Parts: sequence; structure tokens; C-alpha cells
Amino acid sequence: MVLSKAASDSDVSIHSTFASRYVRTSLPRFKMGENSIPKEAAYQIINDELMLDGNPRLNLASFVTTWMEPECDKLMMASINKNYVDMDEYPNRCVNMIAHLFNAPLGESETAVGVGTVGSSEAIMLAGLAFKRRWQNKRKAEGKPYDKPNIVTGANVQVCWEKFARYFEVELKEVKLRDGYYVMDPEKAVEMVDENTICVAAILGSTLNGEFEDVKLLNDLLIMKNQETGWDTPIHVDAASGGFIAPFIYPELEWDFRLPLVKSINVSGHKYGLVYAGIGWVIWRNKEDLPEELIFHINYLGADQPTFTLNFSKGSSQVIAQYYQLIRLGYEGYKNVMENCTENMMVLKEGLEKTGRFNIVSKDNGVPLVAFSLKDNSCHDEFEVSDTLRRFGWIVPAYTMPPDAQHVTVLRVVIREDFSRTLAERLVQDIQKVLHELDTLPARVNAKIASSSEENVKNGALVTKKSDIEMTREITTYWRKYVSDKKKTSGVC
Amino acid sequence: MVISTTSTDSGEHLNSTFASRYVRSPVPRFSENGFKMPENSMPKEAAYQVITDELMLDGNPRLNLASFVTTWMEPECDNLIMASLNKNYVDMDEYPVTTELQNRCVNMIAHLFHAPVGDKETAVGVGTVGSSEAIMLAGLAFKRKWQQRRKAQGKPCDKPNIVTGANVQVCWEKFARYFEVELKEVKLTEGYYVMNPEKAVELVDENTICIAAILGSTLTGEFEDVKRLNDLLTKKNAETGWDTPIHVDAASGGFIAPFINPELEWDFRLPLVKSINVSGHKYGLVYAGVGWVVWRTNDDLPDELVFHINYLGSDQPTFTLNFSKGSSQIIAQYYQFIRLGFEGYKNVIENCLENARVLKEGLEKTGRFVIVSKDVGVPLVAFSLKDSSKHTVFEISESLRRFGWIIPAYTMPPNAQHVAVLRAVIREDFSRTLAERLISNIEEVLKEMDSLPSRISTREAHVTATIHEIQGGKPDGKPLKKSVRETQEEVTRIWKRFVDGRRTGAC
Repeated sequence: MVLSKAASDSDVSIHSTFASRYVRTSLPRFKMGENSIPKEAAYQIINDELMLDGNPRLNLASFVTTWMEPECDKLMMASINKNYVDMDEYPNRCVNMIAHLFNAPLGESETAVGVGTVGSSEAIMLAGLAFKRRWQNKRKAEGKPYDKPNIVTGANVQVCWEKFARYFEVELKEVKLRDGYYVMDPEKAVEMVDENTICVAAILGSTLNGEFEDVKLLNDLLIMKNQETGWDTPIHVDAASGGFIAPFIYPELEWDFRLPLVKSINVSGHKYGLVYAGIGWVIWRNKEDLPEELIFHINYLGADQPTFTLNFSKGSSQVIAQYYQLIRLGYEGYKNVMENCTENMMVLKEGLEKTGRFNIVSKDNGVPLVAFSLKDNSCHDEFEVSDTLRRFGWIVPAYTMPPDAQHVTVLRVVIREDFSRTLAERLVQDIQKVLHELDTLPARVNAKIASSSEENVKNGALVTKKSDIEMTREITTYWRKYVSDKKKTSGVC
Repeated sequence: MVISTTSTDSGEHLNSTFASRYVRSPVPRFSENGFKMPENSMPKEAAYQVITDELMLDGNPRLNLASFVTTWMEPECDNLIMASLNKNYVDMDEYPVTTELQNRCVNMIAHLFHAPVGDKETAVGVGTVGSSEAIMLAGLAFKRKWQQRRKAQGKPCDKPNIVTGANVQVCWEKFARYFEVELKEVKLTEGYYVMNPEKAVELVDENTICIAAILGSTLTGEFEDVKRLNDLLTKKNAETGWDTPIHVDAASGGFIAPFINPELEWDFRLPLVKSINVSGHKYGLVYAGVGWVVWRTNDDLPDELVFHINYLGSDQPTFTLNFSKGSSQIIAQYYQFIRLGFEGYKNVIENCLENARVLKEGLEKTGRFVIVSKDVGVPLVAFSLKDSSKHTVFEISESLRRFGWIIPAYTMPPNAQHVAVLRAVIREDFSRTLAERLISNIEEVLKEMDSLPSRISTREAHVTATIHEIQGGKPDGKPLKKSVRETQEEVTRIWKRFVDGRRTGAC
């Protein structure tokens, strides 16, 4: 920037940032401002606004890592200006390590087939695309129609499967859940398989309650069906959460490439891979499972670079961080971290059980999280508990189960590496306070209306008629907010 | 981690990092159990050092003149990025301010591109990981609209195609292959390295979902004539009634044209332009990992593609391919917008163009190069050798690496494969001093090459390179017969490498 401009701003740099006119004027929202502003002001303005965001570490809704060692932070900052496409070495090493972790059938110095992605969404789309193309090629060779591919999953799948289905024009056949059974039933899944099924997707670590689906049973049943029909339907395991848990604390559990029908697996580096948001991995069993025609060989900087991803340029920090974690922690380190998480989960679970007010919906085996619902939600429901907990800074989401268990509502707390035992004990205390408080308040409009308004929100339009009770509730909420605003200090942590 | 484990490392922390056994043992890659995770943990200082040491040998991003992607930002912005590394962008409920910043960016960009939105109306657009994702989303929207239109007319909708120039970036080919759309490419000709609007409009048929024009071609930085395309296509649409729209891939040009060539009509001012993508991480001046796509109006984005999900307890509309991702780049983009403003961006791009001009003139002065890039367009210099009979641009590119510069050489796509160019991209952090230094290094390289025996004839070199290009990089494996000249050349190469090996590695 030309020096003369800085001078004509007449000594802006002498004023302290908060005394400058920039923090007085309202920020451009719809159009870019005409003029530049000093960098200190820009920094401060944005920093101030972001203070009002939630504290990532208290966000118990998310599986995504929120803390890494300072050494790793340093590495990430140092590589922030590196473009991922300019590095091959680290992604390949990570892919190989993860492939071995999943018992991919590789020879001693054979390289694994896999890619680093931005997250499990991209990973799943790539895996799905590979299955779709393989199936189409098979059908073409058999001279059969290939215009109606479908995929079989449980209704508990994460939204990215639905995205894949919608964007890539594949039909989604969902196995419905039922009360008490919140994952995909292998028998029902295999029943749904037909000649147009490109694969069956099993989840290791269901989003809703952290359960591991029984991939072995699925594999065995599907092998039998494949023998009868000759359709050769494969399995994909969505191990977004479970992929970095099962190998360390349940090594005898067979869910990965040890099962012959499993052809690809995805895992999120940014969940229990212990890296910040922005990295996932997908591994294929071997080269045949990834159709060559999907791989692009590009002439990048004069050298051949094979690529199979949806994204091209992106940051490389997360890959470096993933590599750091893999060599820094090693097998024993990851095991220790997961054992700690499981231990803290037990502490939370027991604390909740002791209150006598909750049913624990999650299992002990699986992703370290606690999903719980109120034994009696006639006066107050889980959504109110969730809202009230926010006052203490905790973000604990409440949601209803997918069909056919929509009448069940749960609260879910995810235990990450940085959720220590002290925090667990504090959370239990705060939940007790919340229950105590809710007990003293009048009951809300009954649950039925609450869950039907949930449906309306889903369709994008919220239509409610105001009744007396709702007016009362509105007033109470308004008053409560008014009181709590007075209590608040400078924003969440 | 349990404290007892560290004590068994007896005195690990007393040794300095470089004296610890970890920097002696081979990095887990070719260890005895082959490519596996190490069994044990290692101290964090050692892990940090091991990785930092290896990364030192990577090229210096700032000397990588092959890339358009930003390699430097102000320290204040680095601080903001650091502070938001642990924020997952998709948790909109938990980080409402971050989401708000994304929305503001979308609005600012939409206004920059003259989207027909009112002053206080929100624009239709989304932040993505890069232009690849942006283009896939835009393409998906076009495909779905076209399918809906065809179904309503009772016509077949199973063979969609898209018309582009052969100069498109690879992500369009990816889009075509992954989403099962046929790619109809307008071939280039020597001297004309962008999409010809007339030929493009000729290729349009009833199955065309859109025509994609590029503002800032990857190869030469040229801006395609979108206005002409719009006018020709309007005429054709009037005759055929097909209503074919235009998408502008402004990955590089989107943050250049509005500041330097504001009178150039290429954006939503042209009625057939329905969506535009731009890379925040190119001339948006943000580190790698952010792109933007903006649609003209709500109608241009079919609602069935938008997901309303109950994520973490609240309704969230989403139209992206990626879900969880970092928030740092979005915040950095907003920082740049408010920090620089219109005048700031204008200044930066003007500087880049000035430095590009310095480089161009320096190259012209050597008398050995033909400048292939234009003055209007992305600030880059693409140049080829006047005489490639003795040495090729590929050799120059290789030799320049010795000085630390990464300048790629490549052949043009069909039908101009016999032309090979070197391309240097001028980014914000490529100062005039660096430009002058590059010129003197190039002069040294030329002098050196002149004193060396010529390699296998140029034509063969070009043809081999071309074959590689066409075959998509698979060497065709035919053995070359060794002539005296070739043996000589090999000896020279080996000797050169030996000498180089004695110098220190790249910065």
C-alpha cells in the first residue's frame, strides 16, 4: 500500500484501537466498504464479534475435535500457507497407516488405496461414486438396465448419505428403526437388497446414540444372500466416529476389512482422529474396488498426479496435524485417550442415573457419549432441559429419533478428549440444578404440540396458533431471558 | 494421558530433542512392520521437530509461482485464524457469528458482481472449500433445473451436456465425469487460447444445461468475452426457445475485474448469467480452503437440492458437498473485505499488474521469449521460447528450480499442443525486487543452457510431453534408443545433479 495513504488518514495509528472511528461506525454487511481500515481495527472488530460465538470446548453436541497440543498448533500455523495439492507425502503415509489399522489385505510393501478428504461427507460421496460406477459397469457387461441404482442404509444415517443419494441420483432405501432398537437391523437390511443395490452402508458409531452396528452379522447374512442371487452386493462401513475407536479399545470386534464383503471404509480424522475440523479419510480394500475411470491424472506442475477427490485446493494444515497425531500418540496414545473418554463417560452416566430422572439410551460399548431421555417428560421435555443448560454455558442438543421412533426424544453429550472428569462432575451438578429449576416452573404446552411444531420447522415454515398456555409460556421465556441477561458477564467464556 | 507412562521414559525430557532416540529412528513408513502406526507414543517436542524438519525440504510456498493460491496474509489475520482453528463451521447454532460472517461475505460478493438484489435483500450463495466444490454445486443446480424443464415438457432428460472451452480447469471435467454430464469442448487454435463464443454457441443443443465461460483462463490468464457469448446465446435462445443459461467460472478473475476493469460486462449485468463462482483463496487474498458461489436469484437454485436438517437440535438449510470443515478461512475472508475494502483490493491488484509488467518487459529484453499472455486479465506472465530447437521450456523450468523458483512448463490443450509455455503467476507477495531477481536468474539459466549440448530434438521432446499430456500422464513405456548425444546428455545430467546435491536444499 502506498505510504501517502496512511498519512492522509491523519494519524490513525496513534489512536488506540478502541478510540478509532472504525469501531464506532457500523460494519458493512451487504456491500464491501469503499475504503480500507487499519489492520488492528479490522482484527479487533472481528475478534469482538466472535467473542459472542459459543465456546467450542463446551459444545457437547459435536464429535469434532476442539483441542490439540500447542506443538501441533504451531505446526498448523506454519503450514497455513501451504496448499494441500502441493504435498503428496503425508497424505500417503496417513492413508497407509489407517489402511493397516483397518486390516486392509496389503502385502508387505504394497501401498494402500485411499485419499484424504475434507471430511466424511466427501469421503462417503467418493466411496458411493466408486460403488455406483462398479455396479453400472457390471450391469452394462451383463446387458441389464442400470438407470435405477439404490443404496440400503438404516434410518439413523447421517445426512450426508441423503445428500449423496440426492445429488448423485441414487435411491435411498432406509431400514426403519423402532423403539429400543436405534440402529440398522441387519436382517431387514439384507431383505431390502435387490439387483439394483450398489451397496449396503453400515455405521460404526451411530450419530444418535453412538452404537456400533453389527457389521459381522450383516456380512454373514449378505454372503448367504449373494450366494443365492449372484448379485455380489458389497458393504461400505461408515466409521466416521468408530474408526478411531474400535481398533484401540475393541480390537477383537470384526467390522473392517477382515470381513470379506467390506470394500471401503471412511473415517473422520477430525472426530476421534483427534484433529481440528477439516479432514477425513476413505480407504478401499484394493485397487479393483476403485474404478480407474474415476481417477484423474492431471499434469500438475509438470508431473503426473493421480487424483480422486471432489475438492482440489484446500489447506494442508489438517493433514500435517493428522500425521503429527499418528506418530506422536502411536497406538498406545490413542488407546489411552479413548480409555480416558470411556472412563469419563461412565462417570457422567452414573451421575445421571443417580438423579433417578433419566433413562440412558446409549450403550456402554461404542462411541463415548451419553444419550439420555427423561423418564417423565409430561411436564417438561428434553428440549427445555437443553435450553436451560445453555444458561450455564453447556451446549447439549436434544432431538427426536428418526422414524419409526419419533416419539422418543433424547439429549446427547459427546465425550471428547478435552472433556475431563472435573467437567463431567460439573455437568452433572448443573443438570441437577436445571431439573430443580424446571420442577418449580409451570408445565409447557404439552409434548404433542411441541413435536408437531418440530415437524413444521422441518418443512421450513413454522405455523402456530397462539393459545392461552402459549402466551403464558412466551411471557415466561421472555422474563427468564431478561433476568438471565442481567446475570451474564462478558459473553460465553 | 496417565502420568505413570511418562515416568517410564526415564529422563526423556532431560535430553535435548535432537539427542533423543526418536530423531534417530526412521520415521514410521518403511519400518519393519511396513507403513503402520507406531506402537508407542513419542514426546510432543520430538514429534514436532521430526515433522518440522521434513517439511523444511518442501518448496517454499512463496516461491511457488505456479500457483494462484494466496501464500501470505497479515499477522493480525494469522491470529484470527489461529483462534478459530477449533471451530467447526457447520455448527451454525453454536457459532452464529461465524455463520453471520459467511452470510455477509456472500452478500458483499453478490453486490460486487451486480446481482439483482435489493440493498437490504439477502443474496443467494454459499461458502465452499474452493472453486471445485463451487462449480459442482452450480453445475448440479443447472442439471436439476434442466431436468425439471425437460420433464415438464415431456422430453427425455438422460443426456445432459455442458459446453466449455478446452482450456477449462480440471474440475469441470471432474464435474462432468462424476455427475454424468457430457462435456462438449470447444477446441483452441494457435494464438487463440480461450473459448471462441461463436463456436461455443454452435455446439449448444437441446440437452445443454449451460455454457461455462472462464474469467481468467488457467493457461494464459485471459478473460473470455462473456458479453459476446451472452449476446450470441440470447439470439440462439430466441430462435430455439431452449433458454440455455451461462455460468461464469471467475475463480481467478472474480476478484480482479470488478476492481481493475469495472466497465467490463461479464457478471450478472448480463441477463443470461445465472451463477458465478470465485476462489476466495486466489485473488480473494485468503489462504487455501475457501471459495464462493453466488446465484442470480432464488429461482436459479432449485429448492429440492437444499437440505433442511435437524442438526444438533435446530433447523439448518444446507447446500454444500462438505459438511464439517474449519471456519478459519471464512473469517479470514471477512477480515480481508473489511480491512482492505474496495480501494485496498484495487491497490493490491494494481501492484500485481505493475510487477507483471516489469517481469514481462524483462523477459522481452532478453530477446529469447514470446509473451503469450495478454495485458488485460489475471496478473501472470506466460511465455514461450522463440526458438525451441535446442532447448525447451521444460528444461528452463527444471533449471530454475535450482534457484528455488517453481515455474511450471506445460503444453497447450488441443488443438494447440505444439505450443509449450512457462507461466509465472504474480501474487500479492511477489514484490518488484523478486521480479527483478527472477529475471536475472532466467538470464543465467539461458546462458548456461546455451553452453550445454542440446538434448534430444525439441520436436521429440514436445511430442513426448504431448503424448504424456494426452494419455493423461501415463508413460508409454517404449524404450528409447541411446545415441551418442543422449549418452552425453545423461552424463551431463548426472554430473549436474551431483553438483547440486552438494548445495543446501530449497529454502
